Amino acid sequence: MLTAPTWMNWKLSSWIMIFRTALEERLVYRGDFALGTLMRFLPIVTQIFLWFAIFDAIESKGENPKGLIGGFQFEEIVAYYLLTMLGRAFSSMPGLASGIAKQIREGEIKKYLIQPIDLIGFLLLNRIAHKFAYYVIATGPFALVFFLCRNFFINGMPDLLVISAFAISLLMGFLIGFFLEAAIGMIGFWFLEVSSLLFVYMLFSFFLSGHMFPLTLLPDQIEAVVNFLPFKYLAYFPAAIFLEKIPPEDLPLELAVEAAWLVFFIVVCRLAYGRGVKRYSGFGG
Amino acid sequence: MKSHDSHPHYWKVFATFAKNSLIRDMTFRTNFILQCVSSVGWTLMNVGFYLILFQYTDTIGADTGWDRDKFFLFLATTWFINSIVQAFFMPNAEEFSELIRTGGLDFALLKPIDTQFLISFRKVDWSSLSNFAAGLVIAAISLWNLSARETNPMVPSIYEVALYIVFVFLGIVIMYSLMICLSATSVWLGRNQTLYNFWFYITNFSRYPMEMYNRGWGKPLYGFFTFVVPVLLVVNVPARILAKPIDPRTPSEWLLVGWAFVAACTSLLISRWVFYRALASYRSASS
Repeated sequence: MLTAPTWMNWKLSSWIMIFRTALEERLVYRGDFALGTLMRFLPIVTQIFLWFAIFDAIESKGENPKGLIGGFQFEEIVAYYLLTMLGRAFSSMPGLASGIAKQIREGEIKKYLIQPIDLIGFLLLNRIAHKFAYYVIATGPFALVFFLCRNFFINGMPDLLVISAFAISLLMGFLIGFFLEAAIGMIGFWFLEVSSLLFVYMLFSFFLSGHMFPLTLLPDQIEAVVNFLPFKYLAYFPAAIFLEKIPPEDLPLELAVEAAWLVFFIVVCRLAYGRGVKRYSGFGG
Repeated sequence: MKSHDSHPHYWKVFATFAKNSLIRDMTFRTNFILQCVSSVGWTLMNVGFYLILFQYTDTIGADTGWDRDKFFLFLATTWFINSIVQAFFMPNAEEFSELIRTGGLDFALLKPIDTQFLISFRKVDWSSLSNFAAGLVIAAISLWNLSARETNPMVPSIYEVALYIVFVFLGIVIMYSLMICLSATSVWLGRNQTLYNFWFYITNFSRYPMEMYNRGWGKPLYGFFTFVVPVLLVVNVPARILAKPIDPRTPSEWLLVGWAFVAACTSLLISRWVFYRALASYRSASS
């Protein structure tokens, strides 16, 4: 029988081990990684020219002399796209849901059922390590691009309160992204093949998270609905906080709503896992 | 590597490839349908985005003539070209790199048929053609709107439509050549995952009217993607022929059309040269 402190120690050291292994695994491909990160900014070049052309057309007609679309100026739209890249760097979870579904399908999930390691905790730690490795390498390319584009941030740095709200929203964005996708992966307990379902989810989240364009551009009725959905926390919300598009007095409430969504997805994920494991039957070895 | 006495019937061979792929697709029918649905979903999302943009502006760029209906003709052209490239060439180019890496290219080299033909047309991804259908719907609606509008109604002439089809084809030729060149580099690089992303990002430039790059620090990009790697011509030239954003056409537009023709022929020749250079430096990967 283990006493409480040694149990804690054992638990801690195994989590540290998992973290270190995942970190090292990621750093093997650092060259490809850094180049890939830089390339991911290339579509923004197209966006800059597209939006310049649009604002150019609007301003030349003189109907909209301030040049505002959905409350955004040209420079702010570009800054918005850059910030959503940052938001997605936190909230995107490549391969998470499909990985879980694959483990269920191929029976690999057995090892979590017979070992004293919690699947969701293991995956979360793995993800944190991967993200951590990613930031170590991606900071360079990100800093370079943000430095080159500094003129698009016309309001300069926001104050400390906004910055901290921004940081909190990024962290919660990461967790929401994780638990949302993990919950989708759990569908694998019920359906063997989830890849097409995942593709549909990816399409929706690309559009509804604000990755494609700021959500304030949507027609009012649609915007009201989209604002109720959790997707906006994956990209739109952090960027809108940084660009001070969310009034400071609303920030606490908005962040509380986000936290509620996070709790919701944690519960859904846990429930789905619990139910799924009960359904699951593994054969052979 | 043609045999001398009996020419293979290229068309028949291609038809067999296409039939085999269709049989394969129909074996996993639900998957096929879901792929079609998700392609159409992607189309709808793009259409939604541009409809929202045109809520705020009349044209893309001042005095460029790319208003909503004409831009949607442009979009339809992008959809035609991309769907054909994705249906016929993308799966094959992907496999080409894989054949090089695994040594499976040996089998292709031994067949009594032109190797580039064999490598380029072996598989057809039929579900990508659903985007071609989506493009047809977009084109039909915008042509209808253009002909029905009160100021400057526009119906393209039969010559314009014929020229449009020719230049859509030449656009596909340019894309195909670029793709073959990129995938052939895997002979020298071993593997090129990043190059595929690169393909995606290069073609991203072709999706918008080219004049929008022609200012400030976009000029080098404009020059590069028009004259060196001519991806800007791919959609722009046919779309301008059909949509006629500037009426009457300017002489420089005709120069661009001429250049697109030259560029397509040159690209094809270069791709063939690169392909055979790659084959020459291919060393099998037998154990």
